[in-house]
Amino acid sequence: MSEHHIVSPKIYIAIFVALMVCTLLTVYAATVDLNQYFSGLNIIVALAIATLKASLVVLFFMHGKYSPKRTQLVIVCSVFWLAIMLFMTMSDYITRLWS
Amino acid sequence: MHRTGELFGQFETMEQQRESASLGMWVFLSTEVLFFGGMFMTYTLNRSTYPDVFGEASRSISLTLGAVNTIVLIASSLTMAMSVWASQVGKKQLLTIFLILTLILGSVFLGIKGVEYHEKFVEHHVPGLNFSFEPGASVATNAHAQLFFSLYFAMTGLHALHMIVGAGLLIWLIGQSLKGRFTPEYSTPVDLIGLYWHFVDIVWIFLFPLLYLIDRH
Amino acid sequence: MSTTPAARPSATPGNTLPREHYLNATYGIRSWLLTTDHKRIALLYLVSVTFFFFIGGAFATMIRIHLLTPNGYLVTAETYNKLFTMHGVAMIFFFLIPSIPAVLGNFLIPLMIGAKDLAFPKINLLSWYIYLVGGSFVLYSFSTGGLDTGWTFYTPLSSVYSNSAVTPAVIGVFINGFSSILTGLNFIVTIHTMRAPGMTWFRLPLFVWAHYATSIIFILGTPVIAITLLLAGLERMLHLGFFNPALGGDPILFQHLFWFYSHPAVYIMILPAMGVISEIIPTFARKPIFGYTFIAGSSIAIAVIGFFVWAHHMFLTGESAYAALTFSLLSYLVAIPSAVKVFNWTSTLYKGSISWDTPMLYALGFIGLFLVGGLTGLFLACLGLDIHIHDTYFVVAHFHYIMVGGAVMGYVGGLHFWWPKITGRLYPEFLARIAAVTLFIGFNLTFFPQFILGYLGMPRRYHSYPPEFQVFNVMSTAGASILALGYLLPMVYLIWSMRYGTVAGRNPWPATGLEWQTDSPPLTENFDVTPEVTWEAYDFINRPDLGLDVQGAPSLAPAHGDD
Repeated sequence: MSEHHIVSPKIYIAIFVALMVCTLLTVYAATVDLNQYFSGLNIIVALAIATLKASLVVLFFMHGKYSPKRTQLVIVCSVFWLAIMLFMTMSDYITRLWS
Repeated sequence: MHRTGELFGQFETMEQQRESASLGMWVFLSTEVLFFGGMFMTYTLNRSTYPDVFGEASRSISLTLGAVNTIVLIASSLTMAMSVWASQVGKKQLLTIFLILTLILGSVFLGIKGVEYHEKFVEHHVPGLNFSFEPGASVATNAHAQLFFSLYFAMTGLHALHMIVGAGLLIWLIGQSLKGRFTPEYSTPVDLIGLYWHFVDIVWIFLFPLLYLIDRH
Repeated sequence: MSTTPAARPSATPGNTLPREHYLNATYGIRSWLLTTDHKRIALLYLVSVTFFFFIGGAFATMIRIHLLTPNGYLVTAETYNKLFTMHGVAMIFFFLIPSIPAVLGNFLIPLMIGAKDLAFPKINLLSWYIYLVGGSFVLYSFSTGGLDTGWTFYTPLSSVYSNSAVTPAVIGVFINGFSSILTGLNFIVTIHTMRAPGMTWFRLPLFVWAHYATSIIFILGTPVIAITLLLAGLERMLHLGFFNPALGGDPILFQHLFWFYSHPAVYIMILPAMGVISEIIPTFARKPIFGYTFIAGSSIAIAVIGFFVWAHHMFLTGESAYAALTFSLLSYLVAIPSAVKVFNWTSTLYKGSISWDTPMLYALGFIGLFLVGGLTGLFLACLGLDIHIHDTYFVVAHFHYIMVGGAVMGYVGGLHFWWPKITGRLYPEFLARIAAVTLFIGFNLTFFPQFILGYLGMPRRYHSYPPEFQVFNVMSTAGASILALGYLLPMVYLIWSMRYGTVAGRNPWPATGLEWQTDSPPLTENFDVTPEVTWEAYDFINRPDLGLDVQGAPSLAPAHGDD
């Protein structure tokens, strides 16, 4: 990498521990019926935890935090474009029921 | 054929070469986001259309094996990150060890995947191969469950294919590392293959809850 | 007041080609098939895309001949379905999408930014081979039963019911997608990291900006059609049900996924052509382009907004009214950056010193035809109107105005403009102007009647039509024969000129880009010394090296730096 920034193993291990905690948390959360409190809460929690895990991997394991701005732009754009595809397509299906 | 570590002709400096290689890999990974994304879109629509059958079908795949695989793959990301660190500080032997560990963990993942696929084959849950979700299932339930399993095999299959490619790259990397090719000044292949490996891990981080944790309560 | 056009300093007969250049640096078939020189790869692509242009053109010829009579005695309905499908697949995936980027983009981008090659020359060669493999699968499909699903591969026709060779075609298009992706990747990295010292982002030629924007679409759009076709292919081979309603699947999902790429794909086809026009107009108006920043920004805007409008292809599928409204509104929005470009090109012409060289004729033709094509797109984006004109010849005319009247004219104009740089020789100007005018006339005669046909209600993709539509169909076919002449003429004289054309010298027009500072044809490594850029783009005033008489020319606008 151009930044020559060396991330210390301590950080890697801390992130790994965090990822393990999140994994156990998401399995546990799946066994609890959260949908009774708010429709769709289970999937929201699951996706939130997955997003947190993915962010940790991108930021620290992949050195995203230490990368040049253009790399960060690439990361943001890919996520944004995926979001366009998901949200705008689903908006068709969801709004069909409105009329 | 250029030996690793030399300046390629089209570049002016090693710095430019390194920056280009890194940006190139990130841009490639962004294409992979959209590639897998198309299947995530298909999954999203189908799950929202058939939530109950998808929940039932999800319960029929092994949560334990899925969770273990998740842990194994994240651990392999740790060892991959450690190998990048080892190359940056010039610890060549540690580099090789961490790369080998990554390969082993990746292979364990693929082995467990093989076990899971075999389970599904035995239960007639493989679309196109005498698919039958459960005895007495209605035509509709069968069809919708087949949708789940089509997505299950397509998504985890494409993921596994990427893992196999990653394993091949790791084998090459281990070979190069054993020859002492990587130094603090030059470790670009380790960095790039590391990025690829972490990306494949991220795909699984999303696949796991979406396929295995739909309705476990 | 306009300046008198200066004599072209280096295009005098008696000049000789440079002794060593990229064409004669190495000899033999291996030196071409294993080349990593971006210029040679561009020529390899030139040959391949021209081949597929002929294939697509052959199908178009058969279509137009068949449509001379209302009951179509040339082919059966089933064969007719195959003709328009294969015409579309060949032209879109194997001609239009690669043409300007893979031929002109590959050749020019390193030259324009002052680099020795693209960032990844071997991947560039790989792109070409992947293109060939994809093309082979598609040709195999064409010759073993053909393809009758429409280039749009709608399910479940393509994934279940069609009896044509869908699977190899789908594999071919899938593979070809990776050729595009790798080209886009190469361009993005190259433009970011390999610009020469002094070549800042806002000194880049607009051709480069156009290709950067196009590459964004290559990278973010193409993978989606790849996975979609993969799923459709798997559905066909393994009887899965993603898009098959009989198995609980959703054919509209296929359309969403398909158009998520295929709409931005049309911007892949037009943005590079717009880049070409942005180079030609300032050169032959001898004037810096008007509104550089807006043109650069509008290229990016088109690439981005273009991803938000895809479901305007699906207004009549039963998509929700709210989605339709949103996509219609966004489709109007995406027209704005295109209009900005047309305003800026026209403003560049104003008070310019205009010469009517062939590239300029193509550029002017582009502006007019793109205007018609773009405006008729707005007709289609209007929900109420689309109910009547969707799937009629109005749509066919609209997209041919943009893709042929726009993209192909941009491609041919660009080939002419840079021909001296690519080959070291000038094409014959008089013949070329005749060909350009022939093309323009033939094009309009072919496609304008189709607007009328569509308005009158003639559906597209039908092998027969009511007899009252015959006169327009005959006009259209007559136009097509003139159009064909307009294409064949350049092929003949361009090849002729490679041997017998006047030697061009470094900068025959003259133009301001860095590529015109190199020999014609350039050295393999482009520049013997890495250039250092100290001037703004299109700066005709501060460039004494161009040999232009621009002293005391108050009509010349200041160079970009003052925007």
